[in-house]
Amino acid sequence: MTNQEILDHIRTKFADQILEFDEPYGMLTIIINSDALLPVVEFIKTDELLQCNFMTDLCGMHHPDQQGRELGMVYMFHGMRKNIRIRIKCFMPIGDPHIDSITSLFKAANWMERETFDFYGIKFKGHPDLRRILNMDDMDYHPMLKQYKLEDGTRTDKDDRFFGRDGHDGVEFDQRYIK
Amino acid sequence: MSIDSIDIDTLEGEFSTLNLGPTHPATHGIFQNILTMNGERIYNSEQTVGYIHRAFEKIAEHRPFNQITPLTDRLNYCSSPINNLGWHMTVEKLIGCTVPKRVDYMRVIIMELARIADHLVCNTVIAVDTGALTGFTYMFQEREKIYELYEEVCGARLTTNIGRIGGFERDFSLAFHQKLKKFLAEFPKKFQEFCDLTERNRVFMDRVINACPFDAERSLNYGFTGPNLRAAGVDYDVRVMNPYSSYQDFDFIIPVGISGDTYDRYMVRQQEIWESVKIINQAYNNLPEGNYHADVPDFYLPPKDDVYNNMEALIYHFKIVMGEMDVPVGEVYHSVEGGNGELGYYLVSDGGRKPFRLHFRRPCFIYYQAYPEMIKGCLLSDAVVTLSSLNVIAGELDA
Repeated sequence: MTNQEILDHIRTKFADQILEFDEPYGMLTIIINSDALLPVVEFIKTDELLQCNFMTDLCGMHHPDQQGRELGMVYMFHGMRKNIRIRIKCFMPIGDPHIDSITSLFKAANWMERETFDFYGIKFKGHPDLRRILNMDDMDYHPMLKQYKLEDGTRTDKDDRFFGRDGHDGVEFDQRYIK
Repeated sequence: MSIDSIDIDTLEGEFSTLNLGPTHPATHGIFQNILTMNGERIYNSEQTVGYIHRAFEKIAEHRPFNQITPLTDRLNYCSSPINNLGWHMTVEKLIGCTVPKRVDYMRVIIMELARIADHLVCNTVIAVDTGALTGFTYMFQEREKIYELYEEVCGARLTTNIGRIGGFERDFSLAFHQKLKKFLAEFPKKFQEFCDLTERNRVFMDRVINACPFDAERSLNYGFTGPNLRAAGVDYDVRVMNPYSSYQDFDFIIPVGISGDTYDRYMVRQQEIWESVKIINQAYNNLPEGNYHADVPDFYLPPKDDVYNNMEALIYHFKIVMGEMDVPVGEVYHSVEGGNGELGYYLVSDGGRKPFRLHFRRPCFIYYQAYPEMIKGCLLSDAVVTLSSLNVIAGELDA
């Protein structure tokens, strides 16, 4: 199946939910409404033609410049029978970082969603055990958000410059996103 | 002994809590398994991970591309070259660079050597857990020879930082050719001894056959890849499904198991070692003539002589070291067949000197979460060999 055929096939059912689509480096990428995530994923998993029964990866993203859709989720699915790869993206405002959990469809999502919550503070509705996983439990911020510096993001007495951690444009980069 | 035959909720009696391990060289304080047990039977277990979390994804957002290679070393440190070369291939895909055929074949040789080293560690440790220390010490001599081969290519052994974006820093040396020929001639005989020691050994088989089987459906649902998925009977191999680095040129088979128990996981890795030897022989005997790197002056450091004597080379050298090269905007996912499964790199570039976002798909992190379900209802001794047969590498688990 070509990417166009896959896209048309998903469109027959979710025409209104697909906001944008693209094909960077050959992988079909569709941006959907975050409310429609669960039905879309269930469709591509169970559909006879696609059979994307394997979730390759999921991860979070932070785009501080995109007003109203700062936080993003990226999912990658794989239909091994026909070697179909689909990337699904959703965006949400940083003030309301909620999205449905897909643990009911893929158990592999459990720890990966915990990791995303740990890094970006995205809250997954319906996740059985949403706790931090890699960072310590009493950490009070989500370190992968762009406003936090590399070295100990909440301290003000330290600066990445002192450790040679950042090149010349790094300082500027950090200041751009500090609230 | 199988999970299905026990109804856990009907178990009666007192439960005890046990901190499992250290059983594996990697379990010394790096991850924790708290088991709730009834006698020898595991009733429940809870995993804590993250003790060596080093925030690689955050660090990567502050580094030029060539400085990210050393971070990938420290993911699955039993097969660092696969991680390094996978990362180089990801960047090459982003910048649209095609490498000469010779580089592909050189990479295949290095990656298959790394796969042998990775699987040797895993399989010999399973044997250690069943009481056979001999195989471990003997096979580590062979692993040492593989490390010497890395040393001839890049100068390092464990955290190799092997290769460059666009190829290799130098061609295979004369010593590498000699050592590789010697290794290819001697390794099969030595490895056969290890196979004879374990594969049909009644004591070993009794310990590992039917130890925590995991069927294909559950394995897929839990995101298993690599030998652990193939042990359950699914013949998914990135090298075959989405060939990279000219893997389509080589003739090899994908070994699969049936029930996904510890013996299957063990045997799949054993067979993969033989297949890797086959691939290395094919690649080495057909090593094409040509250059050992692609023509990408923006990313590939010029020879030192030119840097001193040639202004253009000096400019490129400066730009690469300072991370000033132009990078296209885009997002790319590239995956390679690592020692433990599909090792993926999701790279988002906004055209700056550093990645906007880099996510590693770490196979260990994804499949280790199935461990509680795998060992539920099993015996303690099964849990120990199962942990080894999953080949959980803490560096990859915690990133």
